[in-house]
Amino acid sequence: MKYLLFLMTLWSAITSAQAPVTSADFEEQTISIALTQEPPQLNSMKATDQVSNFILPHIMEGLVRYDRRGRIVPGVAYKWEIDPDGMGATFWLRENALWSDGKPVTANDFVFAWRTTLAPETASEYAFILFPIKNAEAANKGKAKLTDIGVTAIDDYTIRVELERPTAYFIKLTAFATYFPVREDFFNSRGDSYAADAQDLLFNGPFRLTEWVHSASLKMEKNETYWDKEKITLNEINAAYITEDSRARLNLFIDGKIVHTRLDGETYKDALTQKQRIRSFSTGSIFFLEYNHRAGRITDNLNLRRAIQHTFDSDKFVNNVLATPGNLAAESLFPVWLQGVDDKFRKEYPAEVAVVNKGLAAEYLAKAKSELGIEEFPALILLSGNTPTATKQAEYLQGLLKSRLGLDIKIDKQTFKQRLAKMTSGDFDFVLAGWGPDFDDIMTFGDLFASWNLNNRGRYSNPDYDEQVRIALNNVDPKTRMEAMAKLQKIIHDDAVILPMYEQGVIYLMNSKVRGVVRRVVGPDPDYTYSRVIK
Amino acid sequence: MLAYTLKRLLAGIVTVWFIATATFTAMHMVPGDPLMNDKAVSAEIRANLERKYGLDKSAPEQYVIFMKNMLSGDFGISFTQQNRQVNDIIRDHFPVSATLGIMAIFFATIGGVLWGALTALYRNRLPDIIIMFLVILGISVPSFVFAALGQLLLVNINSLFGASIIPVAGWGTLSHMLMPSMVLGLGTMALLTRLMRSSMLEIVNEDYIRTARAKGLSPSRIFFRHQLRNAILPVITVLGPQIAAITTGGFVVELVFAIPGLGRYFVQAVQQLDYTVIMGTTVFYGAFLVLMVILVDILYGFIDPRVRLS
Repeated sequence: MKYLLFLMTLWSAITSAQAPVTSADFEEQTISIALTQEPPQLNSMKATDQVSNFILPHIMEGLVRYDRRGRIVPGVAYKWEIDPDGMGATFWLRENALWSDGKPVTANDFVFAWRTTLAPETASEYAFILFPIKNAEAANKGKAKLTDIGVTAIDDYTIRVELERPTAYFIKLTAFATYFPVREDFFNSRGDSYAADAQDLLFNGPFRLTEWVHSASLKMEKNETYWDKEKITLNEINAAYITEDSRARLNLFIDGKIVHTRLDGETYKDALTQKQRIRSFSTGSIFFLEYNHRAGRITDNLNLRRAIQHTFDSDKFVNNVLATPGNLAAESLFPVWLQGVDDKFRKEYPAEVAVVNKGLAAEYLAKAKSELGIEEFPALILLSGNTPTATKQAEYLQGLLKSRLGLDIKIDKQTFKQRLAKMTSGDFDFVLAGWGPDFDDIMTFGDLFASWNLNNRGRYSNPDYDEQVRIALNNVDPKTRMEAMAKLQKIIHDDAVILPMYEQGVIYLMNSKVRGVVRRVVGPDPDYTYSRVIK
Repeated sequence: MLAYTLKRLLAGIVTVWFIATATFTAMHMVPGDPLMNDKAVSAEIRANLERKYGLDKSAPEQYVIFMKNMLSGDFGISFTQQNRQVNDIIRDHFPVSATLGIMAIFFATIGGVLWGALTALYRNRLPDIIIMFLVILGISVPSFVFAALGQLLLVNINSLFGASIIPVAGWGTLSHMLMPSMVLGLGTMALLTRLMRSSMLEIVNEDYIRTARAKGLSPSRIFFRHQLRNAILPVITVLGPQIAAITTGGFVVELVFAIPGLGRYFVQAVQQLDYTVIMGTTVFYGAFLVLMVILVDILYGFIDPRVRLS
């Protein structure tokens, strides 16, 4: 009898394993997803990573937001006006935009958030995205007072912004998480633990974070105080699992526990054998081989870079080395999705592509040798990450450059932090690098190799390049800007500043009952805001 | 006994101090920059970050500050989760790892002792050969293979029944814990089986067993009272460090089964060069390991009176 009782308790303990939850519930309009990692930072003023930037726009809202088709639409601001000279903007806020505690979102909440982000002691890594605002950069460097920053609350529902220079894409910037509002009294009441837990945050977005079990799960429920709640169909987004392991996520998907999972080279094959419907999407990021242009480096030699340019075939690379769907051969620093004047930039200004030509490459190589005054090239260092994908790419390049050009390449495989440290100090000849967009304007890529850009780790420096960047920065006329960018695109090609390799694609599985999920190049991705579950 | 315990505790404290110092030194010698991220930051922001984490001071100064804070039980704020205390991380996630570890040890000990005894009884016969083959498998195959296989098995079971019988990942209820703890315990179970087998074999030929048999005791009484109790001692010796190893070494299992344990923080902190979390978790785990070893030594005295005498 005693044993029976024990067994019964045990069994009930086992089966109390919650009511069976499906990943997409039509009746309840709930979905379950998995995150790759715990969001490291849900303080919108300091968030830098992908997971946080996926969560934040679901639970908060800036002056403007993206709609289903990626266009800018009103958010907290119901209208805005840009000065004719592009040197300022005025935003009018809706009065029915509320925080989750019922108080209205006011102009001061934006002013406070922007000032706090720029305060040097906040040490926000994304402060740079506010730099188009007048005195923002100076304040961030401690050379101007926070109150001198060009943002003022004219009244509770009107914001006036003065800009440092005419910024054509300023409105688009205000959709970014760093521009989200933060309420001063709430922020101060939480002190250092602001955004550390669900109750340490206030929400003004379509959803509110109701539960956050660290490293285990996050639950987002429909925000009943959201001004546009009629457009939101989902009642709950349950991030029920957090794991980096892509195979575990695939298993969860197959088991019907999550609605979406991203695949990698390995799980892709499994998903194929499982006859899953594989979808692909271009992330909008570009990956390239970055040369070290510092004086004295062999890779500073233009003819060597040209020889490599005429050796590498990005089509072949994408199809044979990456060998998963979705990736595109890269031809320029600018990915194909960027908008030009009337059409896509790359349609209006096609990039020049170097043909693969053994003879030409050999010629350039010979020239490089005589310029450098050497018989043989010393071994060159290719810095790479330590992931399997990075290793595969590095080894391919090593083989290619050896067999075609006779160059000896030493692969320097490093952990993430050490690779960054070496990139910054210039301890490499080539490095496998990439760049993703922060906002929806060509400038998010364009100024990357400007001599003053700290992310220009190869220290490329060219007054002509800088000049084109300045033209595009200081003008609002689309034609003038795009022409400057087209010239810049040509400089990158002629000067072989980088070797574009591929535009990144991701492959993923999505539960077919979930509709209206938006994949975005800029902004939260995937965006479940307007999604719904069908029968 | 009290003097002995105190002596052991004192030695334990010195050990932990040594672990902390060695980790601190090693961590600062690892190449890479903990404050660097994808986006480069200006010199001013960099200086602010350094000041926030005290990295603007020299290494010896940092060491002194760290030791002072550690003595007051404060490990500081995480570098990657800039609003979370390392203490909170340990408090939130160690219980999860510990639960998983205790379940795993439970599986491993029951299984190890039983299989080990069984193999000894059936020495060189079929059950022995089969079990010893599995033991070698269990010792040599790394846990991530078992974890992946175990999870796949659950997926297949669920799809066979067309319903979610056992969750394939996650944490919360007992059913979540079964597969991961079995997977985590496999290696230890194999180790204990081998240990148990050899110690059983030694004892089978002891005089007191022969005496027991001659007294006419029933085989089951001999097995449980005389053989098992004596053979289990070496198992208990390794159990202490094994408990510590299992509760700390569950990184892969935690990752595959999406379990919010401390093991993930422990490993990811090293990858991310998250100084404060590295120090916090290492010192914590170090102290835990030392404590387990001391506990086992004391426990030993209770189980085997001979130890107490010496």
